Amino acid sequence: MSTNVDARGLSCPQPVILTRQAINRGQYPIMVQVDTVTSRENVRRMAEKQGCTVTYRESGDGFELTLTKA
Amino acid sequence: MGERLTRFYASRWGIIVAGAAIGLLAPLLQYWGNPPNMGICVACFERDIAGALGLHRAAVVQYLRPEIPGFVLGATIAALLFREFKSRGGSAPLVRYFLGVLAMVGALAFLGCPWRALLRLAGGDLNAVLGLLGLAAGIWIGVQFLKHGYNLGRAGATRAAVGWIMPVLMVGLLLLGIYQPQFSEGGAIYASASGPGSMRAAIAISLVAGLIIGILAQRTRFCTMGSIRDVILMGDTHLISGVGALVVVALVVNLILGQFKLGFAAQPVAHSSHLWNFLGMVLAGLAFSLAGGCPGRQLFLAGEGDSDAGVFVLGMITGAGIAHNFSLAGSPDSLVDGALKVGGISGYGQIAVLLGLVICLVIGYTMRERYEA
Repeated sequence: MSTNVDARGLSCPQPVILTRQAINRGQYPIMVQVDTVTSRENVRRMAEKQGCTVTYRESGDGFELTLTKA
Repeated sequence: MGERLTRFYASRWGIIVAGAAIGLLAPLLQYWGNPPNMGICVACFERDIAGALGLHRAAVVQYLRPEIPGFVLGATIAALLFREFKSRGGSAPLVRYFLGVLAMVGALAFLGCPWRALLRLAGGDLNAVLGLLGLAAGIWIGVQFLKHGYNLGRAGATRAAVGWIMPVLMVGLLLLGIYQPQFSEGGAIYASASGPGSMRAAIAISLVAGLIIGILAQRTRFCTMGSIRDVILMGDTHLISGVGALVVVALVVNLILGQFKLGFAAQPVAHSSHLWNFLGMVLAGLAFSLAGGCPGRQLFLAGEGDSDAGVFVLGMITGAGIAHNFSLAGSPDSLVDGALKVGGISGYGQIAVLLGLVICLVIGYTMRERYEA
């Protein structure tokens, strides 16, 4: 099971809200697509605070973050 | 290197540095000539620009403030250096325009944006407490909408030229401010001979301070509205640590420069009509949270290519024209024959604030979507 969150084009704080909803459902890994560095850093900071391990790569015109939990 | 810097700016120390820089530069700008407790005020300075262009005729608040172009262009420079400039838009621009108009009506009822509310507090103006409480209340209402699926829809990448409109507009405003051309006898560009609009630091100083803040704020995403929203929404204290740094540093600098005066009555460019200080900022806070950023943040976003934020900024400038032309803006406390005359807003201003709140509530209720994710 994994979760996909498409937060591209959504403005602050939507990407963080959507990602947090996904974390609450707990189906890892969670893939989050964002289109700005601001969203990437906001999602990363929140997810790490929730105890997730976060990696990301550039994809298309944005980023795809992968959230996992040990 | 770039990546490491990005990490630093996204860290707690990064946001504290940005807040401290504003807290240092604002009282200094006041010391160097800007109006009292208004070293920096995004709403007031956009209002002054509206006046300089003749969009309102309140003679005491007209000046083409270089700080505003400085903020936008500083953000543009930072975004280009870090390859973050991205032309985007299309998320309900017309709604954002009117949120900008209403935000300005609310801010001018209080006489200041959130930055100035913090700076007024740091200058000892206790009326700012009412304004900040109102701001928090407005944001709290906004958060309830966010929790129930409020959003203005997705923005999309668009042609590069779109993102450049606001930076280029700001270069134009800056040139008008530097050269102060007279387009007709007694016509624009206007510049106040008395009042807050006549109080100004040297253009170069204002511009450089604006650029520094623009660069730091673009890197760190400094946002006063976001700071309160994040605490309410998820107990996140990241942004608010920057706001705290702003207040502490500004307080210290004000004390050193002798610019601190504690009290409610007869504070500079402020009124002690408590209810309307509060309600004005409820309106502003709600409009900011529905639009996703405080007035400063909207300028920095506009500078990095976000045309929706640019539309909000134009809404605020329009709102300033409306607020003064229709006598909606607050008038400050004054001393008449040695007696204190409490200022405030007119009956029209009161109606405008209440009407604005109703419109924002309608926007919040109607712009909702159920997420599948």
